[in-house]
Amino acid sequence: MENIPEQFAHIKGWGVDADPENEPTYPMKHYTGDDRRRMNYERPPRQTNGIEVLHSNERPGLTAVYGTSSPPSGLSGVIRRFAFRFSEGSFGHWLPLILADRVNMIEGIFDDLRHGFFPNIMAERGWKAEWKYNKKGLAKRALIGALIATAAIVLLSKNKGPKKRQLAASDDDWLHRW
Amino acid sequence: MLAMNYRGPFRVRADRNKPYPEILHPNDAIVRVTRSCICGSDLHLYHGLVPDTRVGMTFGHEFTGVVEEVGPGVQKLKVGDHVLVPFNIACGTCPFCKQELYGNCHESNPEATAVGGIFGYSHTAGGYDGGQAEYVRVPYADVGPEVIPAWMDPDDAVLLTDVVPTGYQAAEMGGIKKGDTVVVFGAGPVGIMAAKCSWLFGAGRVIIIDQLDYRLEFARTYAQCEAYNFRSLGDPVLFIKKTTDYFGADVCIDAVGCEAAGSAMQTLTGRKMLLQAGSSTALFWAINAVKKGGIVSVVGVYGPTGNLVPIGNVLNKGLTIRANQASVKRLLPKLISHVQNGYIDPKGIITHRLPLEEVAEAYHIFSQKLDHCIKPVLVPAAA
Repeated sequence: MENIPEQFAHIKGWGVDADPENEPTYPMKHYTGDDRRRMNYERPPRQTNGIEVLHSNERPGLTAVYGTSSPPSGLSGVIRRFAFRFSEGSFGHWLPLILADRVNMIEGIFDDLRHGFFPNIMAERGWKAEWKYNKKGLAKRALIGALIATAAIVLLSKNKGPKKRQLAASDDDWLHRW
Repeated sequence: MLAMNYRGPFRVRADRNKPYPEILHPNDAIVRVTRSCICGSDLHLYHGLVPDTRVGMTFGHEFTGVVEEVGPGVQKLKVGDHVLVPFNIACGTCPFCKQELYGNCHESNPEATAVGGIFGYSHTAGGYDGGQAEYVRVPYADVGPEVIPAWMDPDDAVLLTDVVPTGYQAAEMGGIKKGDTVVVFGAGPVGIMAAKCSWLFGAGRVIIIDQLDYRLEFARTYAQCEAYNFRSLGDPVLFIKKTTDYFGADVCIDAVGCEAAGSAMQTLTGRKMLLQAGSSTALFWAINAVKKGGIVSVVGVYGPTGNLVPIGNVLNKGLTIRANQASVKRLLPKLISHVQNGYIDPKGIITHRLPLEEVAEAYHIFSQKLDHCIKPVLVPAAA
């Protein structure tokens, strides 16, 4: 920091209006000048363990500590590794991560089944609370769901109808031609 | 051990097979959780809005607990100490921590440089398992955790890990002058606390805006402020202009973040199609409702990509936008004193107390705003 004035000695008026009291981030930040040291500070001891940890390409390596929950694995892991090739300012980083999260959700279901556990999705969605506190809302949702399902079945069966008739007609034509 | 286990958007379960956490670094501690809240920002994870939220993770960044084990480098904490653990994971030695920006630590999150490490808040915030569990690993145990004073109720202590400091810092960043009109968007726990804390800085008028009448009613009583439902106001920006003699509020606080309601376009592009990092309706309103030269304070959480905000108005009105994750450690001494003096009653916002086994129901109640829920707390059986 001391060599900064010398460094800018050729610039007339450098720093004449610098005011250490003008610190708009105070009190969030108690300015100490440590920013000038950049990454040259005494780092804490590093955590070591054998799991795979992805790190942002906007930093030179891992931080001294990190979480070890759910290391990347499977197809979602492949997508996450791809995402980390891009910087944090890029959609190429975040959009694949969202995709990986959705893939990971499906992997989670298969993983449960592989371990002989059938996930109770209604319980995981906390529907017991819906039954306790919002019976009316639950009934409304069930009714809407039933109506949509019925409408879908009716529409699908209608769509199948004309095709059959068309086939029958063409069969007739075929017969008539012979 | 028993722990919350995330299985995908809107799906969590209480899992008895989560491995007991281990000391992985000389400055780690293992803490037996005594209280753990669900935060409004946990709902962004629960709703699948935060990228790199992996299946199998345990959420929870608001917790208290008893120290069960410490690493060889831990000097201050002792086994048996009952501590409140700030949601930020901070090393205490990087340039940001040295300048009290404990929410911006550079040695706790390898996966993103824009955010420091946070307990149980996706791999975007470091990939740490959180405190909605019986036990949790706490890195840098000598830096963040604070021994709970003997006189303090544990329910007050758990709210000092996030809600109270975040609400307080929202008001602090507003640079409130005596007599100022402060408008808080969002009557969730943080918004209510921001409204309450605005008085401590000498606000002359505090207004809170939300869409849920039961929360507005709660805010009126708890934070002694004016409360309005934007559904009945029509245009909340116009309402604020009119009620401030067409001048604009002195300070606007966004305490909502990425799941704001109130604009069909924002909801569609932000929350449904994920074309932006959530819906920025509250920030949009804050920028437009504040006076020229005013201050907008942002504590609502947004995703990492980008949002549609009227940045042209920020320029033309000469606004100052101040934002950060709360620096909990910096604020704790003052806030503990405020609780002792009766200026803040943190536990007053707790409305629901559930056993950890019922974590799925707790998330559903909070997410769907059932049973007039303001703040749910999970209590493990081992607490």
